[in-house]
Order: sequence, then structure tokens, then C-alpha cells
Amino acid sequence: MLHPHYNSSPHNAASDPAARQTWMALLARAPEEFLEAQIGILAQGNLQWLRPVETGLLMAQGRAGGTGMRFNLGEVSVTRCVLRPDPDHTQCHQVGVAYILGGSHRHAQLAALADALLQEPTLHSHWDQHLLRPLSEQICAQAQQRKAQAQGTRVEFFTVAREAGSDIQDEDPS
Amino acid sequence: MSTAAVTQTIELKRLAPGFAAPAQQSQTVFRSALRAFSHPGSVQTLSMNEALAGMRAPEGADPAAAALLLALLDQDCKLWLSPQFAHSDALAWLRFHTGCVAVTQPDQADFLWVAQANELPDLRDCGRSSAEYPDQGATCVVQVQGFQTDDGWTLRGPGINGASALQVAGLGDGFVAQWQAQKHHFPCGVDMLFTHQNSLVGLPRSTQIEV
Repeated sequence: MLHPHYNSSPHNAASDPAARQTWMALLARAPEEFLEAQIGILAQGNLQWLRPVETGLLMAQGRAGGTGMRFNLGEVSVTRCVLRPDPDHTQCHQVGVAYILGGSHRHAQLAALADALLQEPTLHSHWDQHLLRPLSEQICAQAQQRKAQAQGTRVEFFTVAREAGSDIQDEDPS
Repeated sequence: MSTAAVTQTIELKRLAPGFAAPAQQSQTVFRSALRAFSHPGSVQTLSMNEALAGMRAPEGADPAAAALLLALLDQDCKLWLSPQFAHSDALAWLRFHTGCVAVTQPDQADFLWVAQANELPDLRDCGRSSAEYPDQGATCVVQVQGFQTDDGWTLRGPGINGASALQVAGLGDGFVAQWQAQKHHFPCGVDMLFTHQNSLVGLPRSTQIEV
């Protein structure tokens, strides 16, 4: 599932690990400009870095056809950080974590900030409405569009192959 | 033999920050450790603005001890914590910042962090050094109540011009006997790093103590 629909229940979603996984995945895929516009202003003040932003390499693994043996596909750059937003500035007392693909430090910082805001029970529903829902719709629409484009160029291959397990006597003996 | 690793969920909300600039600061702290071991008995002081910038040591920890472990440990290191630390934030803090593994027996550890000198285990039970692999001996980071370099023990050995004096406050009487006993197993043995607030003193296994 590449683009999860965000669908958390309002009941204690702020502390639900599954909901958090979903929103962290969404934030990692979010366009940086969108996050900047929504929460860029909150990434100020006396922000405390528990783990400063750092970029490294991770080995991505794949399976041929989704079922074969795992193989090393190649290295991808990943940026991560852990931060504690300024409580006076954001009313948030949580710690946010972000892992994103690519090397954008600002994107990682904003995603971690959003993660912290969403964990705060009093702020959760607000950011759920103003950040996650539009983001989810935007990402799903993009995925739909890409899928439709790909479908337009789809080619069906037909081959004439002997059916497996056919009886040897079916062959012409002459 | 399986190693009994301590696992516990890290509570991020209570976690204190580590180095502000990990690369530079861990090199600075490593340099101090190197100096401490190459001039046994000399007092090295970590600067608050450079080596310790941004770091907040867990409760009950000397900044120097916390910084040393932050700089020296990585995910391949096994750490034993003295009872006072075993269930404090110190373990969560080190595991988060360094990825080290905590063990319950001092003889499985590469590093020992001892909150008070009286919690130091018997030196014979520390680390895994053997005749084939003397390098696997443990490094003990011991928090003590202070040092003096004009009185106390006489130190001799590599890195010391003739002899030097060192007094470590808070260390029990049994320590010197255990230290003198380990020289019969040289090159096996443990290395000590004593810390007090921002200062540290190194005592490598090659140093001899005379009372």
C-alpha cells in the first residue's frame, strides 16, 4: 500500500501507534512547500534537537515480482531527525520524529514538528483537519492521476502456450 | 552463551539532548580520552562551550562521564551500568544517542559506567580479555568525588616521566590490591577512566600504582 488513506478515529488517535505510523508516512511523502505553508511558522523559537538533522544511506531491498527472494536494490538517501518544539510557541510538549527519503533537511524538520503536534491530544484534531486530510487527498489524487496515465499506455500480452500438465498421449503419435 | 541484553522502550518525551554537533564534539572528547590515557594520572578538563555544548547529562551522571560514553560507544558496544544507573534515564539516553547494547553482567561488557566508586565490581569480573584477545578488556568509566595530583598514590609506567602522584577521592581500599593483581595477567586487564564533574583522569592497564 503506497498511499495510505488517512482514516483515524477521533477517539484517542493522538496516542494510537497505528494512526501515528499512517501520519508519519503521509508527512514523509508530503510536498515540502505544503508543510512550509501550513506549519513553517511554528518551526521557530527555542526548538530543541534531540537528534540533529542528518542524511545517510539505507539499503533498499526488493523482491522480483513481489514474491521472489529479497535482493539489494540499491542505496537510497534518507534524512532523519528528532526534535522537541518550543512549548511556548506551539503549546506542544511532545517529541517528534521524522524519517524521509531524500536529502531535504527542512522537510525532515517540518515532518518531525508535525509529528510532535499530532501527538499532543489537545492539538490533534486541529492538525488532523488542517494538515493530514488535505495532504491525504492531495497525495491520493496524485496517485490516481499517475495510475490513470499508466493505464492509458497499458499493453496486454497474449501468448499461445501449451497448457501445463497435458497428457503425453495428446501428442500426435505418427 | 547468550548475552542477557537489557531491552526497554525508550520514552522519548523525557529524553535529554546529546551533543549539538556530534562529529566535532565526539572528536574533541575522544582527543581528551586519548590524552588522559597517554599521560596517565593527568587531569583533563572538558570545556562547557566546546566539548559539552548542548549536551544535558542524565540525572546522577557527571558531564564528563556522559560525554565520554556518548563519544566512545556505538551499536557494537556492550555496556554495563552500575545499580544506581540500571533503571534510570541514563540507559535510555545512551541507547537513543549511541545505539549501544546494555548487558546485565560486567564480564560481558566492553564498557562499564559506575555511578559511585563503591559500586565498582571486582576488576577480575570486568570485560572479556583473554590471552588471544587482550584488546577485549573493558573500559571502566567511574564517577568519583574528586582528584588531587600532589598527594596519594605514586604512578609509574609508560607515559609518565619518572613518577607522578594521584589521589582519587571515594575509591575503596580494595581497588589498589585488585589493580596490582591484574598486572600479573598483563596484557589482559581493564582500563580506568575516573571522572568528576567536567574532568577526567585515565589509568591504562600499563600503569603501576604504588601506595
